[in-house]
Amino acid sequence: MTKAMTGAKMVVQALIDQGVEVVFGYPGGAVLPIYDEIFQQNSIKHVLVRHEQGAVHAAEGYARSTGKPGVALVTSGPGATNAVTGLTDALLDSIPLIVLTGQVPTFMIGSDAFQEADTVGITRPCTKHNWLVKETDKLAATLHEAFHVATSGRPGPVLIDIPKDVQFATGKYTQAQQVETHYNPQVKGDLDAITELAKAMETAKRPVFYTGGGVINSGPAASQLLRELVAATGFPITSTLMGLGAYPASGDSWIGMLGMHGLYEANMAMHDCDLMINIGARFDDRITGRLDAFSPNSTKAHIDIDASSINKVIHVDIPILGDVAHVLEDLLNVWKSRGRKTDKEGLSNWWDQINKWKAVGCLNYKQEGKIIKPQYALQRLEELTKKHDRYVTTEVGQHQMWAAQFLGFEDPNRWMTSGGLGTMGYGFPASIGVQMAHPDALVINVAGEASWLMNMQELGTAMQYNLPVKQFILNNERLGMVRQWQQLLHGERYSSSWSESLPDFVKLAEAFGAKGIQCHDPDALDDAIMEMITYDGPVLFDCLVEKHENCFPMIPSGKAHNEMLLGDDSTEGAIQGAGEALV
Amino acid sequence: MSALKIKKGATSHSAYNLRPNYSDTIEQHTLAVLVENEPGVLARVIGLFSGRGYNIDSLTVAEVDHLGHRSRITIVTRGTPQIIEQIKAQLGRIVDVHKVNDLTVEGASVERELALFKVVGKGDSRIEAIRLADIFRANVVDSTLESFVFEITGTSEKIDAFAELMQPLGLEEIARTGVAALARGST
Ligand SMILES: Cc1cc2nc3c(=O)[nH]c(=O)nc-3n(C[C@H](O)[C@H](O)[C@H](O)COP(=O)(O)OP(=O)(O)OC[C@H]3O[C@@H](n4cnc5c(N)ncnc54)[C@H](O)[C@@H]3O)c2cc1C
Ligand SMILES: Cc1ncc(C[n+]2csc(CCOP(=O)(O)OP(=O)(O)O)c2C)c(N)n1
Repeated sequence: MTKAMTGAKMVVQALIDQGVEVVFGYPGGAVLPIYDEIFQQNSIKHVLVRHEQGAVHAAEGYARSTGKPGVALVTSGPGATNAVTGLTDALLDSIPLIVLTGQVPTFMIGSDAFQEADTVGITRPCTKHNWLVKETDKLAATLHEAFHVATSGRPGPVLIDIPKDVQFATGKYTQAQQVETHYNPQVKGDLDAITELAKAMETAKRPVFYTGGGVINSGPAASQLLRELVAATGFPITSTLMGLGAYPASGDSWIGMLGMHGLYEANMAMHDCDLMINIGARFDDRITGRLDAFSPNSTKAHIDIDASSINKVIHVDIPILGDVAHVLEDLLNVWKSRGRKTDKEGLSNWWDQINKWKAVGCLNYKQEGKIIKPQYALQRLEELTKKHDRYVTTEVGQHQMWAAQFLGFEDPNRWMTSGGLGTMGYGFPASIGVQMAHPDALVINVAGEASWLMNMQELGTAMQYNLPVKQFILNNERLGMVRQWQQLLHGERYSSSWSESLPDFVKLAEAFGAKGIQCHDPDALDDAIMEMITYDGPVLFDCLVEKHENCFPMIPSGKAHNEMLLGDDSTEGAIQGAGEALV
Repeated sequence: MSALKIKKGATSHSAYNLRPNYSDTIEQHTLAVLVENEPGVLARVIGLFSGRGYNIDSLTVAEVDHLGHRSRITIVTRGTPQIIEQIKAQLGRIVDVHKVNDLTVEGASVERELALFKVVGKGDSRIEAIRLADIFRANVVDSTLESFVFEITGTSEKIDAFAELMQPLGLEEIARTGVAALARGST
């Protein structure tokens, strides 16, 4: 079953065989043979971005919103180096990507040839795996393996560097089924450990589920099983930024996001719990705060597919290595077969306590006067869009945190944000990738003006492909998150945290042929948002908001969960000592 | 390096049985890493150590199975038990890595290193060098009227000790291979 074809054709054939529908890319000398093949077929759509970073983020948006791997194609040298930020972003957030780069011909490698860069060398630390393919005969097998590696175990980005002569040469095409791989991470969890967790659940008085991106990575079945488990036990559930939507925000047991800008009740529950069940989260430093004060009195269980995530920063008592869906299925079965026991009285007291924390109203803010509060803008956006088939991406900063706090996610794969790397410029191209995958959905990028400018050139892409993405910019004319830290940590010396010389966003939109809307009046906000939603095409929404609003709650770096700041009046001397060095 | 106490404790390959109590004691461990003999695999392993700030005391690599396309990387590293566990887990998730064995904790093992010593001297020191070489079972593999090259194999500690003794006797240069190690017994 081996057919002979050119390397360039193999690339396209392998993508088709792997079920790829869209490739985000940008051409150049070293990938012209592949572009020539793309030209001569109709199975795969190619989206011409305006910058290679945009291609990779778009592929990330596509991947996160579909559960399928995203694919990007870029040229050698500058094309490859422009992809590095996106690769690193995908690595930290466990997003499956296949990035194809052109390379100078094999006989010129190492000669400082035109547009030569050591792409596999540069991208080794920012990919899950990468390959330089020097023989056309090995190309198809490598492509198939790349898809397997990107999507198995803990997902991540992979890169294949393909020299131009390998693209031109003819070789044997290997079918996907013929490829042998030794990379097969364990998905079933240890039953003894799972039983130990089930037992701990039976007696816990103050349990909490702490869920993360791993639930989303594991697929829809994992979210389903999680919902079943939460409903059956009645335990409270919180999630990281990356796991939002796995359990519905409207669900009875939902206590909101946790972490640095998470909800008071979620962080207090984490601090005071006696059983913490981590499902696909990685004890990130935005979550733990000061390590020695992190949930001091709890038994900790951790379900994770990556052994290196377990016991990396927090020592856990019940580690379970495996895939979330597989482990939850077994956990449910074991817990049910042992009689579905929980400590009802303990739980009821626990919920009383949690409800008292909830009553603090940590997200309260005041919308008064003629200036739009960013929280209010998001609350209205939520109200007016929640019934839509909606996907949300974000940029990075205060707006991102407010979006996480004020928007509700009912399903997985509906929320795309750069969590681990915190890449300003992620959200706009990601929204393009999402819209490509879901042409009829309402796709909104919640942005800050500074972040949005980082990849604004993609407005051209949105126009060219008729992608009606809504860019909802909370414009505070500040690098808001930086400004907030300078206020709290650097004596209100606002060094370079202004957005100076901003463009007129309405005119900017119009210059690209898109629609621009500006709104500064709280009373006009609803109509303006409706105008954005109903407009058939890309919209740049310039929402002028309060310039000095701070994002609360906040656990200052180096503090414990129960040392949260709830508002501006509590910030005096908030960050001192060792915490200063933390980011 | 030889002054470090190596604590031999129980652990196993499964994450479930990770050592329960982490201590701050720095331990030295010898890891045997069986890898796919692909270009770049050594760079991946070294990049992991430098990128994450782990120590390498010694590293050797060579193909051990030509047909099976496998190489063995032997790494002597150090860290707290938690860091050592993390290093093993990080190595284990490199796609080209087949197996990671911690020879320090998985039962008894033998470790050997080969070194070449160039010692330059005349008279008494030359005689003393030969005498010590004999005690250490080092072979003379090259000699001139004013110099020797000794070949010595043994544990790293033995080679360290030999180096210390040779220092005042005109030691000019040392070349060491790094550690090769295998578990004892039939498995
Ligand atoms: C400005 C800013 C502020 C932030 N503030 C917060 C905050 O307040 N709160 C917050 O939560 N985050 C915050 N973040 C995000 C934070 O930096 C981390 O990205 C995030 O907390 C990590 O989420 P996670 O633990 O779910 O892990 P992820 O990065 O999503 O990792 C997933 C984990 O699940 C595992 N996994 C993957 N697939 C599977 C599978 N199939 N089965 C089992 N396990 C699997 C992986 O091995 C990994 O350990 C902030 C980010 C920014 C930029
Ligand atoms: C590429 C990149 N550069 C710098 C930063 C550091 N940073 C984090 S938030 C932020 C300010 C973002 O400003 P804006 O997009 O306007 O959002 P706001 O915080 O005002 O909502 C900066 C500069 C980053 N996260 N990413």
